[in-house]
Amino acid sequence: MRIITGNDLRTGAVVWWTGSGWSRFVDDAIDAGDAAEEIMAREEAARRVNVPYVCEASRDAQGHVRPAHIKDRVRALGPTVRRDLAVPTAARTGWDWVI
Amino acid sequence: MYRYDHYDQAMVEARVAEFRDQTRRRLEGKLTEEQFKPLRLMNGLYLQLHAYMLRVAIPYGTLSSRQLEMLATIADKYDRGYGHFTTRQNIQFNWIRLEDAPDALADLATVEMHAIQTSGNCIRNISCDHFAGAAADEIADPRPYAELLRQWSSFHPEFSYLPRKFKIAVIASERDRAAMRLHDIGIRLVTRGGALGAQFYVGGGMGRTPMIAPLIRDFVPIDQFITYAEAVLRVYNRYGRRDNKYKARIKILVHELGAEAFRREVEAEFAHLIEVGVEPPRAELERIKAHFADPPFAEGPTTIDAGDPAFARWVERNTHAHRHPAYVSAIISLKPAGGIPGDASAAQMRLVAELARQYSFDEVRVMHTQNLLLPHVAKADLPALWQALARAGLASANIDTIEDIIACPGLDYCSLANARSIPLAQRLSERFAATGRSAVLGELKLKISGCINACGHHHAGHIGILGVDKKGRENYQLSLGGSEAEDVSLARITGPGFDEDGVIAAVEKATEVYLAERKEGERFLDTYRRIGMEPFKEAIYGG
Amino acid sequence: MADDLGASPDVVQLRFRSDEPVDHAAVTVDAAIEQSNATAVRIEPGDDARLLLPVLERLALIEINFPAFTDGRGYSAARILREAGYKGELRAVGDFGVDQLSHLVRCGFDSFAPDRRLDEADACRALATWAHVYQPAADRIMSGRRTIAELRHDG
Repeated sequence: MRIITGNDLRTGAVVWWTGSGWSRFVDDAIDAGDAAEEIMAREEAARRVNVPYVCEASRDAQGHVRPAHIKDRVRALGPTVRRDLAVPTAARTGWDWVI
Repeated sequence: MYRYDHYDQAMVEARVAEFRDQTRRRLEGKLTEEQFKPLRLMNGLYLQLHAYMLRVAIPYGTLSSRQLEMLATIADKYDRGYGHFTTRQNIQFNWIRLEDAPDALADLATVEMHAIQTSGNCIRNISCDHFAGAAADEIADPRPYAELLRQWSSFHPEFSYLPRKFKIAVIASERDRAAMRLHDIGIRLVTRGGALGAQFYVGGGMGRTPMIAPLIRDFVPIDQFITYAEAVLRVYNRYGRRDNKYKARIKILVHELGAEAFRREVEAEFAHLIEVGVEPPRAELERIKAHFADPPFAEGPTTIDAGDPAFARWVERNTHAHRHPAYVSAIISLKPAGGIPGDASAAQMRLVAELARQYSFDEVRVMHTQNLLLPHVAKADLPALWQALARAGLASANIDTIEDIIACPGLDYCSLANARSIPLAQRLSERFAATGRSAVLGELKLKISGCINACGHHHAGHIGILGVDKKGRENYQLSLGGSEAEDVSLARITGPGFDEDGVIAAVEKATEVYLAERKEGERFLDTYRRIGMEPFKEAIYGG
Repeated sequence: MADDLGASPDVVQLRFRSDEPVDHAAVTVDAAIEQSNATAVRIEPGDDARLLLPVLERLALIEINFPAFTDGRGYSAARILREAGYKGELRAVGDFGVDQLSHLVRCGFDSFAPDRRLDEADACRALATWAHVYQPAADRIMSGRRTIAELRHDG
């Protein structure tokens, strides 16, 4: 699946496109398919997201959305060396998921 | 140390107001991200993996207790309770919100601090020997010259849109503790015939094409050295490559023209600028120098009573000779075994600030090795200082050992990184501390970068590690034989890369070769230079 | 003629001069040197501004083009021309915004034809940002502006 991510303009927080808005949780991401470019242009112009981009992802056996690249998995959870600062879903996926 | 007058204060306040206005225009949509990015970078604000990151300038690595306490306040008020000290003597906060950044800068301005030119294609914060003004081997205190450069380079109207970033370091001794020759300009203060002047090395740097700066001018009279720097910058701004980001640093220009041709260009521009007259008045240097007068050193015992073996180990590894016989400089390691190199919590910053007030004339330094330093500690005070540090877990006696690892933030934080650096540093320091090997190995500088940009100085490590992306997996290349000191050299890659476990095993093997081969008094680097790469390669890749 | 860039399409939004604007078409640096009657020239980022020094006397307008605001070569070109004594109009054209104005003025520009029209209020605010300056630039040559260091020591 092609999911869209970026950072919130005001706060910098990592966000994922849900089909109707932006979520902090990668599991909320949907397959944007061919509409991705149009969605990104519109959302960036409206300043609801900053520097959005598309990343490849898949839904794993547990139903979690798993970005294909390690960089986006780190973004989804938080720094692996400060697990106390992770986004709340980290407990569900576990840290092995990142690597 | 240097204190702002009303002019300096007005400059940082004007910058805060300017950035507040720029941020407003960005949030209102009057500036696109493309237009805003160079402006926010010139105020130290990056967009990293998880959030905006603010890099605060610590000019020539010098802080007062009050300033360090403000950094703790910034960490608590706008971030998540900690900061990361960098290899250019600055500090980074990892979780800043764009809408809060102008307020954070306004708070910093109240203690004469800022984030001006800590990023972007401009002249960056000036770095310096961390022992400046305290070391026994200096011919002059380099800080006044660094301050003069700071003022000259701040908001320079001609050099704010350079081909690429530009870093300057200043030292004043034969020993190089600031990686001077790995900077765009490295300045060493020297005397010739009794006169003070500046030696200019130009075109060093790390990154994907590491280079050691060649000597461009052996002696620039000290009352012309700003003019010479301006000449170098103008030549670079006009002729540095702008067609390829990876060839845009001045090192490529110097390399492509050749040091001789480059020198001729600079000398011609220098002769012209001498005529124009851009050097600050001589009295300005004298005014700045007065700020760096010695603190009121007191006579006291010149020996240290090191009864406790743990204290003795700490004194041995973590203190440095001071030019006053009753004092030392004491290094506070930010490298606890298994810890994150260079990270400090707000509570730790406040403690160090308090200890500096009590024991070091209100002064703290940030080292490019990502440790902190109290420059002027009376030998008589060392036991009390050590006990206070030990109680707070800040007394790791491991400076310049294999535990004292430089590591960039890597893929845990940085949007440029290809691999994580910190977990590797944590595992290595933990392992070598646990086995007691690090003490046996002595001086061994291990440096880790999470990408080719080399913020972790891996090219200059006795052992260097570079993280790369290999088909979506983290992979680590090992290199040996680098040094950022006066015996500067660039490390060579051992061979094929490893996964995380593999590179840890390879580092262990390299240290075993050293222990087996070393001669009396040899450091790891000396043994490597004497016996060469082959025995290490054989041990690492052989059987 | 091949080197002629045609009538300038630039709209000059800001001009800090009291003389009459020059209406000659700007030509390239090479053409300006060859044509003994050329009075206006346009400098591109890769051009060496010093080639113009022998003919500065007859030039009344020098345009310096910024195809991208992040390419800062035009700032050096401007200062070099002012250091050589050029007194005519020095116009910045191209991709720059209000956030570049202050540095452009300090390097000697006195008219501005930006690609995108500048917000007047933002431009005024930007021009007033710096009450004082740390280093000398073309503003010292043009208006005798003194640096902070000079103010500190000469009162």
